[in-house]
Parts: sequence; structure tokens; C-alpha cells
Amino acid sequence: MTLLQVRHLRHDYRGAAAVDELTFAVGAGELVCITGPSGCGKSTLLRAVAGLVEPTAGEVRLHGDPVRAVPDELSFVFQDYGRSLFPWLSVRRNVELPLRWRSVGRAERAERAAEALAGVGLAGVDDRYPWQLSGGMQQRVAIARALVTRPALLLMDEPFASVDAQTRFELEDLLRRVQRARATTVLLVTHDIDESVYLGDRVLVLSRSPAHLVADLPVDLPAERDQIGTRGSAAFVALRGEVARRLRAPGDPAAVG
Amino acid sequence: MARIARNLGGLLGFALLWEVAVRTGLVPERFVPPPTVVLAELGELVAQRGFLADVLATVLAWAIALGLAAAIAVPAGLVLGSAPAVRVATRAVVEFLRPIPSVALIPLVVLLVGSGPEAKIALAAYAAVWPILFNTVYALGELDTVMVDTARVCGAGRARTLTSVALPHAAPFVFTGIRMSAAVALIVVVSTEFLAGAARGIGRVILEASSGAARMDVVLAATLVAGLVGFAINEGLERLGARLFAWSPVAAGAL
Repeated sequence: MTLLQVRHLRHDYRGAAAVDELTFAVGAGELVCITGPSGCGKSTLLRAVAGLVEPTAGEVRLHGDPVRAVPDELSFVFQDYGRSLFPWLSVRRNVELPLRWRSVGRAERAERAAEALAGVGLAGVDDRYPWQLSGGMQQRVAIARALVTRPALLLMDEPFASVDAQTRFELEDLLRRVQRARATTVLLVTHDIDESVYLGDRVLVLSRSPAHLVADLPVDLPAERDQIGTRGSAAFVALRGEVARRLRAPGDPAAVG
Repeated sequence: MARIARNLGGLLGFALLWEVAVRTGLVPERFVPPPTVVLAELGELVAQRGFLADVLATVLAWAIALGLAAAIAVPAGLVLGSAPAVRVATRAVVEFLRPIPSVALIPLVVLLVGSGPEAKIALAAYAAVWPILFNTVYALGELDTVMVDTARVCGAGRARTLTSVALPHAAPFVFTGIRMSAAVALIVVVSTEFLAGAARGIGRVILEASSGAARMDVVLAATLVAGLVGFAINEGLERLGARLFAWSPVAAGAL
């Protein structure tokens, strides 16, 4: 079942197209990674999908309905947790915020926030402030806040690019775990080829700006992934090479999947 | 504790230098009485009921002026900070009004509101508006786009983004503005009392003591009280800010 449809999307930034003629669909429950050269318009694409910017042309549909403002059933995790978590609110109040703004009652808010925090492996930090936590923990708070509304679609813009490598592995596994447990649909932007293959059920490869789709590669790896085993497997290495090749030769028509 | 001890040490050193300078005849005692004399006079002043009423009148006028200034400057700053068109349209007026010294407006204000406490309150509020206004506008300009996007994806509309995100983000900057304005307002209140005359106030005490008999010990004692009031206000606001805005790097740095 198709959850998200992006058709002929074009977005101009300062007079030039950042994204052009982009068409793809994401099925419910899929985890789709988008990768592409830096500055190719990946973030612009996510912002358009989220309804944060209005595309110059083309359309985004969620559940078949055109996206004109930020849909209620959508959440977003930004790369920079330091700029995305509100420093004047405690961890719990940060996580409760989307519920409070949707007029969810106090008791239910507290219960769901606690559940979301437990879901990302954070307990006992409710009353701390984000800036009192490590970077990895802060990004967990941001993920908990994104999941607390039980979104149909979770958008993530380079969510693990600002944490150290060890934490990054932990958060990648955490994401796959919660994504599968809740059957959340995820669209994740990353510049890291390995990460796109490790996390994704599919990898969309974008060209240099103006970004269009150069490949849509299914990831035939077992659903249960392991940082050491999976990354060392022949299938993973082959896919990684494939994504890298598509990235390097964006203009080659033969490369379009 | 160490900080307080050091502050006190500096204060004592200053008083000692002052005492020595007067006692050795470096500074004429008729114009600048030594601190021992001034402190004795201060004790006498404080013992008088009338003087406390003067101090109270000054502090009250200061508080009303600062409250007025904040009530005007914060909403105005929110409008100017979030509506670039309004900001551009009012820039010339603001830049023209801001550098006008408040005391130059005394004749105008006395004509408009009379020479009662309203005059010093109006002038101090006028002077205190600017730091708060500029800090509020600046803070909104510093509002992170990621933070605004976060608010929007969390379900906030324009109005809610302003009240629940822009306002708390701006609060430590606004508070710094209020602290700057607190000092300015006190200076203007006392100056107006001195220059325009007032029924009550520290400035009036100084004016009366300096005219006629020229009681410099009283002048200096009253000046000392004005300084102490200013110090207490600043210290209180600094502590309040550190408590309210512990989350803010602005609080840690600038406050």
C-alpha cells in the first residue's frame, strides 16, 4: 500500500532548481533511505515532503491527499538536536510538546511520553534538561519526541551525522528496532552510503543538483541486521558498491534503474 | 564568599584612598568630606524618617518606569522583530528618538504631564525602553530556523510559534535588556529629581543639600545611597536571571 507519493517535484532555490522532476513512492511500513552528493537538495526534498516549503512544481501526496501544510501524522527528526530540542523545557516536556499542541490531556501525555522515552532506551532523565545530556542521548530525546505522536510517516534529515561513530551504530540499530516494532514508515536522508544500505529497505540515489532520481535500489538484506555481520556480508558490500557507482555517474543514462 | 570578600576589599581600599587623599589635603575637605564624615552623615540621614520616604519615592518611580518600559518595549519588540516591513518603516523614527538624552526632554515632559512624579517616571520609562526594545528585536532575529521548523512539525501555527518558541527563546535577551534599562532608569529618575525638582526623592535631597548651605557631606551621603540602591537592584536582577535562565548560554555569558 502506497503511503507517500512524490510526483514531478521541482523546487527552485534562489532562482535555480534544487530538485527537479523527482518522482517516487514509499509504501507503508517501508524504511527508505535517500542519498546523494552533498548540497544536491536532499534536505529541500524532505522539507517539501513535510510541507515546510511549498514546491515550485509537482506534488506530494500522503494517503493520497495533497500535502499543503505540515500533516498531523508526520514527524521530523533534524540533524542538529542542539537546535531542535527546546533548551528551556525538560526532557519530558520536550517530548510531550507535540501532544500538548494537539490538545492531548495531561495524564495521557505523561503516559505516552514515558512510553516513548522508554522506547528509545531513555529512562530516569525526564526532569533533566537536554543540554545536560550527551549528544547521543539528546538525539534519542528528539526521536522519542518524533515518535510520541505515533506518526504514519517519520522524516529524518541526517539524524546521526552529529554523533560519534559508536553512538551512531547504536542509534541506527535503535531506529531499525522501533521502526519494525511500530511499522512506522521512515524516509531518511543521509550522505553516508554505508548507512543508507545498512538502514534501508530501499535506497534512492539522487544526482548532483538539480537533484533527480538516478537509482531506486531494493536492499536484499535480512530484516534482522547486525553492525558487524551485516556490514561484512557479501550482499552488503555489493550493494554499497552499487550505490557508490550510481552516485559517481549520475549523468549516465544506463545507470538509471 | 571569596567573591564577596574581594569586592569588600576593593571597596575598603577605595574608602581608604579617599580618606587619605582628604586628610593629607590633596582634595579640599570643604568640597569632598572624607568617608568617615560621609558615613556618619549617612547614619544620621537614614535615621530620619523623611529621608527614607525620599528613597522610597525614588525606588517606586524607578519600578513603575521600568515596568512601563518593559510593557511597551517587549510587545513592540515582538512586532518589530517578527515583521520586517514594520521594522523598516519605523527604523528612521526609532533611530531619531533613541539618541535623544532624556534630560533634554525635561521641559517638554513637564509641560505635558506636570512636574509631579509623572515627569520622572515618563522620562525614565522613555530612556529604559530602548535597551529592552533592541534586545527583543535582536533576539527574534537570532531565532534559529531549525527551531522554527521543529515547532511547525510539532504542530505549532504562527501564533503559537511566537508565544511558545520565539518568546521563551528571546526571554534571556529581553532580561539582559531589562537589566541594562534598570540602571538607566535609576539614573534618569535621580537626575530628573535633581534637575526638575521633585517633592520627594534622592535627587531632591541632593539638590537641597547642594544649594544654599552647600552641605557636601549630605550630598555625598545621598549619592552613596543612590549608588547602593543601584547596586542592590543589579545584584538582585543578576541572581534572578541566573535562576530563571540557567538553560541559556546568554544567561551564563552576558548576565
